[in-house]
Amino acid sequence: MMCDRCFGLAKPSLIRSLFWAGLLLFAPLAPLLAQEVESEQQVKKINELIAQTWSDYSLTPSADATDGEWCRRVYLDLVGRIPSVDELAAFTSDKDKFKKERLVSKLLYDDQYTGEYARNWTTVWTNLLIGRTGGTQDNSMISRPGMQKYLRDSFARNKPYHQLVSELVTATGRVAPGSEEFNGAANFLIDKVNEEQAAQATAATTKLFLGLQVQCTQCHNHPFNDWKQQKYWEMNAFFRQVRAFRGASELESPQLANQDYAGESGNPDEADLFYELRNGQIKVAYPVFVDGTEIPRSGYVNVVNRRSEFAKMMVASPYFAKTIVNRTWSHFLGYGFTKPVDDLGPHNVPSHPELLGYLAEEFQKSGYDMKKLMTWIVLSRPYALSSQRTSNNEKDDPMLGGPPRFSQFYIRQMSAEQLYESLLVSTQTGQAQGSYEEQEERKNRWLQQFSTAFGNDEGGEATIFNGTIPQILMMFNGEMIRAATSGESGTIIDSLVTNTKLKDQQRIEQLYLAGLARLPSREELKTAQELLAARNGDVRQMLRDQWWIILNSGEFIFNF
Amino acid sequence: MNFNTPSGMSRRHFMQHMAGASALTGGALALGHTLNVHANELKRNRKSAILLWMGGGPSTIDLWDLKPGASTGGEFKPISTTGDMQISEHLPMIAQHMDKLSIVRNMSTREADHTRGTYYMHTGHVPDPNIEYPSYGSVIAHQLADQRPELEIPPFIAVGGGSEGPGYLGMAWAPFSVDSNGQVRNLDMGIEQARMMQRVEALRRLESRFINSNRGLAVEEHAKVIGKTLNLMSSKQMEAFKVSLETQEVRERYGENNFGRGCLMARRLVEVGVPFVEVSLGGWDNHQNIFTTLQDNLLPTLDRAMSALVEDLAQRGMLQDTAIIWMGEFGRTPRINGNGGRDHWARSWSTVVGGGGLKPGIAVGQTNEDGTQVEGPSYSSEDLLATVCRGLGISLETTFTSRSGRPMKIAHGGKVISELFS
Repeated sequence: MMCDRCFGLAKPSLIRSLFWAGLLLFAPLAPLLAQEVESEQQVKKINELIAQTWSDYSLTPSADATDGEWCRRVYLDLVGRIPSVDELAAFTSDKDKFKKERLVSKLLYDDQYTGEYARNWTTVWTNLLIGRTGGTQDNSMISRPGMQKYLRDSFARNKPYHQLVSELVTATGRVAPGSEEFNGAANFLIDKVNEEQAAQATAATTKLFLGLQVQCTQCHNHPFNDWKQQKYWEMNAFFRQVRAFRGASELESPQLANQDYAGESGNPDEADLFYELRNGQIKVAYPVFVDGTEIPRSGYVNVVNRRSEFAKMMVASPYFAKTIVNRTWSHFLGYGFTKPVDDLGPHNVPSHPELLGYLAEEFQKSGYDMKKLMTWIVLSRPYALSSQRTSNNEKDDPMLGGPPRFSQFYIRQMSAEQLYESLLVSTQTGQAQGSYEEQEERKNRWLQQFSTAFGNDEGGEATIFNGTIPQILMMFNGEMIRAATSGESGTIIDSLVTNTKLKDQQRIEQLYLAGLARLPSREELKTAQELLAARNGDVRQMLRDQWWIILNSGEFIFNF
Repeated sequence: MNFNTPSGMSRRHFMQHMAGASALTGGALALGHTLNVHANELKRNRKSAILLWMGGGPSTIDLWDLKPGASTGGEFKPISTTGDMQISEHLPMIAQHMDKLSIVRNMSTREADHTRGTYYMHTGHVPDPNIEYPSYGSVIAHQLADQRPELEIPPFIAVGGGSEGPGYLGMAWAPFSVDSNGQVRNLDMGIEQARMMQRVEALRRLESRFINSNRGLAVEEHAKVIGKTLNLMSSKQMEAFKVSLETQEVRERYGENNFGRGCLMARRLVEVGVPFVEVSLGGWDNHQNIFTTLQDNLLPTLDRAMSALVEDLAQRGMLQDTAIIWMGEFGRTPRINGNGGRDHWARSWSTVVGGGGLKPGIAVGQTNEDGTQVEGPSYSSEDLLATVCRGLGISLETTFTSRSGRPMKIAHGGKVISELFS
């Protein structure tokens, strides 16, 4: 809808002139509007290509989400939490027809939100790069704070994506903040290079940044795709010049360092490796990129730095931009163009190949600008649709197995991190005290209850924050919810009760807005009256009940 | 619902009301409808399964199918058992109970990657991005739940590990994960029950409204899991998690470690009627120094706990109705690598089963002299799952309907291991 309104009703050129007219009148808004003009073309193309599949598959898209729903999802997806009552009101009461563009620009470019934006994407990428449990065990070489510091700095200044990834793949240095030679980027590979000839480094790098799943081909040619065992070992050869070292003392943090690779037959000028086919035959491999590009075989770092060469070819690969576009799309729309999102191999045909290719190209042209990519997606029509299905699109449900057509907004549960940040904002529980590091430390401790590491050589892990009973128990009775619903001073309930200007109904409305970004229905107000009677007219106690109920509802925990 | 008479609000009420308010159907709710069968009779017929999951890929060539004398055979010697087979010298206590267990020595699978292998062995399916298959535990719990309407705690409990998910069966059949100390967090509701029930009733109304707004299955499942949570919150059956209630002697017999406590907990859970318990023992990914690790650490732990479990179940007359499955995601290479370890190997390996109506005391199938190949017929994950289902009286004609309406045969159409039924 947004795009029909903004770009459909009037000719783009007319809109553009309106923009510039607006600029003259409201000079302070200039930067926001300028961003918008730039995203117009990409948004239009997304809408066109998505609408094409709707008509191809005879789907009628859902109606548009309400302002409140849209605002809630934008806050959740961009800055990792739901909007406060004030932020919500600022948006819903805004009469400007470009209010969506303005909100997106504000969340992405206004200094006020830089910290939260960076924290959100740091969380997302920390979990991708080192997992939810990386660096939480005593014997781990990973410094989670080091990883997060690096990512936070990178996202805060919107470091171009290709630069970010190159730094991660080629990093050397010490992992913990405060060390000399500190380089937080080294945390990505620090625990992935020493074991099993850097199998994890090979698998994680190709999967995360190129969308290629090579891990199975370590031992055999893959039965279902084109990757051959030879390719795995040729890619693996790029990660043979790097080693992780523990610090010499407790005070020194672990270090990721380049070192010359002598090759398995001992000739550093032709530094080779050997692997075994399933039939026992021994084969040799040298560094060759997935597209067949060879680099010189020397194992001397000062002659050929294999990781640097890898990073250059990785960035130039057509898979590189597609992979991040697919991942980002999936972050916002709930599904990527492929399932799983990090498998773009030739056997796995994407649902919208043209759109994926187009966005990858535009992203590349933008200088790998993550904020631009996010803007295009968030302002697109599929992102603006309601999650309420109709008989004309309920078959478009990727949970049923088919590819996503994006004719509705696919709901999903908040992550544990989003829940945590949302509770802080919506209930004002006073946990937001202390330094940034202290806050993160507190959050990390809370998050640990949900994750288990498997302890095998792949570093797999499981979460129970996925709609299971332990999660419901935590929401019912856990410490954080108990504090949030305590009604003590510093909480939203206390501020509503002590604000004598408010009537009871308004207090309830504020709770609904804070948790669900909507007003209560008449029946819901009646329920609140029943609760008030059950609490013998004690408003504070009634609000405690009401807040508990809201926080425990599916409507709260889902991003919908 | 009148808020002033909260005593009328039962825990099951929540789910029943949800049923009225929406198009909810199926398994979880069927629980709420009282089955008019005498409890004792149910108890007599009720079947269960315990999966002992060896995460990381156990070296079955060093445990159950030794190759003394072969270059691949490793350091351990075989010993005789009470069954018709030999096993590792480092499992002397289990050896005393092999008359109650059988080894399947001709497992042959294709997935030698942890994630894929774990998924395959738990579901009987290779990973498929378009459909999530349910874990053994979810399938068996789903099939056996009707036998025990009195069960208030989850029918699938995973101790000390995560298992795989419920797939298309829905979150109500997800494993309930606990650690081996048996402490379930956040059980204390902190307010009086009457008030809690009023909150729950108001929450039910909010959930109904959201469900009725037609936003897909996940929303309904959220409400179902709330119903299950309410069921267990005040249940006396939660005592089954408390292994600390057992005597010191019993606890020592199982071993005072996570796996020992987990096996003891499994026995207690099966006793209160839980149809599926999975207990994890990790640490089998022995790419280095495998023999020291096995001998000093893993095998003593396994030996103690598994033998105590089998012994207890047999003594209580429960073994014939309780299937035991011992397995990991794959075996390990019949070749010792440069670091004194063994790597991943799926082509020829072993699992162990017992109880649950399966023929005990035999070794099914065989591998060649150095353990690199199965000789004769081989069995897969599907076959093993089919065998366990058959032993538990679950029909192999059972089909599930995926969310897209696709019919799917239980156990992925695996064939039963006929040697275990004669």
